[in-house]
Amino acid sequence: MDLHYFAELFLGGLTRGSIYALIALGYTMVYGIIELINFAHGEIYMIGAFTGLIVATVFTFAGFPTLAVLVIASVAAVVYSSCYGLTMEKIAYKPLRGAPRLSALISAIGMSLFLQNYVLLAQTSDFLPFPSLVPDLAFWEPYAHIISSQEIVIIGVTALVMVLLNLLIKFTRMGKAMRATSQDREMAMLAGVDVNRVISLTFVIGSATAALGAVLIASHIGQINFYIGFIAGIKAFVAAVLGGIGSVPGAVVGALVLGWTESFFTGYISSDYEDVFAFIFLVVILILKPSGILGRSQAQKV
Amino acid sequence: MKRLALRISILTLAAVFAVFGTAAADTIKLGVGGAHSGDLASYGLPTVKAAELVVKDINARGGILGKQVELVVEDDVCKPEVATNTATKLVDQGVRVVVGHICSGATKAALSIYKKADVIAISPSATNPELTQSGEYPNFFRTIASDDAQARLEVDFALDVLKLKKIAVLHDKGDYGKGLAEFAKGFLEADPRAEVVLYEGITPGAVDYSAVVQKIKRTGAEAVIFGGYHPEASKIVTQMRKKRMDTIFISDDGVKDDTFIKVAGEYAEGVYATGPKDVSQNPLAIAANKAHQEAYGADPGAFFLNAYAAAQAALNAIEKAGGTDNYAGLIKSLQNDPVDTPLGQIRFDERGDAIGVGFSVYQVKNGVYVEVQ
Repeated sequence: MDLHYFAELFLGGLTRGSIYALIALGYTMVYGIIELINFAHGEIYMIGAFTGLIVATVFTFAGFPTLAVLVIASVAAVVYSSCYGLTMEKIAYKPLRGAPRLSALISAIGMSLFLQNYVLLAQTSDFLPFPSLVPDLAFWEPYAHIISSQEIVIIGVTALVMVLLNLLIKFTRMGKAMRATSQDREMAMLAGVDVNRVISLTFVIGSATAALGAVLIASHIGQINFYIGFIAGIKAFVAAVLGGIGSVPGAVVGALVLGWTESFFTGYISSDYEDVFAFIFLVVILILKPSGILGRSQAQKV
Repeated sequence: MKRLALRISILTLAAVFAVFGTAAADTIKLGVGGAHSGDLASYGLPTVKAAELVVKDINARGGILGKQVELVVEDDVCKPEVATNTATKLVDQGVRVVVGHICSGATKAALSIYKKADVIAISPSATNPELTQSGEYPNFFRTIASDDAQARLEVDFALDVLKLKKIAVLHDKGDYGKGLAEFAKGFLEADPRAEVVLYEGITPGAVDYSAVVQKIKRTGAEAVIFGGYHPEASKIVTQMRKKRMDTIFISDDGVKDDTFIKVAGEYAEGVYATGPKDVSQNPLAIAANKAHQEAYGADPGAFFLNAYAAAQAALNAIEKAGGTDNYAGLIKSLQNDPVDTPLGQIRFDERGDAIGVGFSVYQVKNGVYVEVQ
């Protein structure tokens, strides 16, 4: 076996998995708290990419250095997307909190279509070039053909975000409130947890990670349009389910497994059936372990 | 009363036939068949207008062989089952040369009728390669390049001009891209000079193509021939260049789009793409578009210039052959007598494809596509 080729596919899969993971984290957090599959999450990611592009263009034009532009664009995208996430929760999900779960799901799909078409009309249907915001470092040049600095940043940020989220959930007051809300919302409320605030914050965190991912990923891929959220969102959703939806490390593990599956399958067999294979893999995992790789099986109240 | 009505209608019919009879003797009939109503009417109607303009022009100059040209227009709604009726109607009305049809399927259906009746058809838009390459229809000609023309040009360019030996063929799994890639693969395999080292379909819209790019690298391909559109092309080119690969990238009309250059930016430099020959500077094309603008108050629609050229070629052949009944003479003239048309000077090869119509290779240089000479 060609070890060099294997390593390249491994790194390619790692990057792709990290991309999925950054988006999957938002899915899994929201699901963990209110058991809602937030289909509009991909659109929040897309809005983050557009915000990042607009801000980056302005600041690049104003002559800021690339690294500063990256930071400013990321912050702007995070803030803007978080506002969208918050508003979306208030408008589309909060009024439906007592309604059957299917209603909230339909509302999420509606929100997704609305945001997609809103960006299509307000911005453009064309593909837009996204500037490369992570600079190619000179000392890294000999290794750039193996893994670029952009890819390293994506992988690093994914790892960092996952660790921070885990710490937040495990060791802070807010995290404790989140866990309580996720276990039993009414009981948490009775115990004095401000459930509305917890849910809003979850949406804000989910949207923020998506927006951060959007800027990095768009800068890596080099192009965006109004439809990127849908495709990336579907894959991230699959990753979240694969890893065990509701679990933060699970989302990352699921995303990496999906990324590697696709990469190795394309590399060693064929890219024609890349998606087919990825989904067959999903089915197999779910048959063997219905709650996902790291998911806990929940006792259903009947 | 009833009997009177019957008599009148018989008389009327007779009169109609009489009119037709005399008209047949005095005019040269040029048939126009194609989709003139239904979903695809927008593909067929510009051909009718083109034929009208050409005929008006030639009649104003005294017609051909001393006779006026008369158009006989029949609709096939782009359906093969209707096209056989359309063809029969045209043949029954004494048409011997037809400009049409529009859709490949309908054209094929009509051609079998035309072939039996020794009728020539010149299509402005039927691009199915089989129509000419099967050799089944010696009565068929077209003023548009066939679907495989781009693949042929890409392969010829890669082998004859760039002298490449190892080529990877990729496509986006869509009808257009995969069709092209299959033709390109077929041409490459038939040629002993080159080898197809990789043939793969990629998933459109995927977040990255690093695995495919690695695969291209491992096969040692000197060039990639890609069938598909610019969003995927720009992602693949960008990723190849970021992996510091200088593999040549050759693609098609779907990539010969300014958006590709805008999105891929500096990485687009040096990319080759085939695209239709630029005829916008041709004075005849400018004149034809202007005539359309004056006559119909709008810009011409799809295949207008191809249809204009087809009608001109048809009338030229009729003139050279001395009438519409000289079937062999018409074919000989179409193959041998060059005609100046909005598409440039054209004649037809022995299979019926127009020589001098089709695609050119373009390369991105300093952010614009430049025709490669």
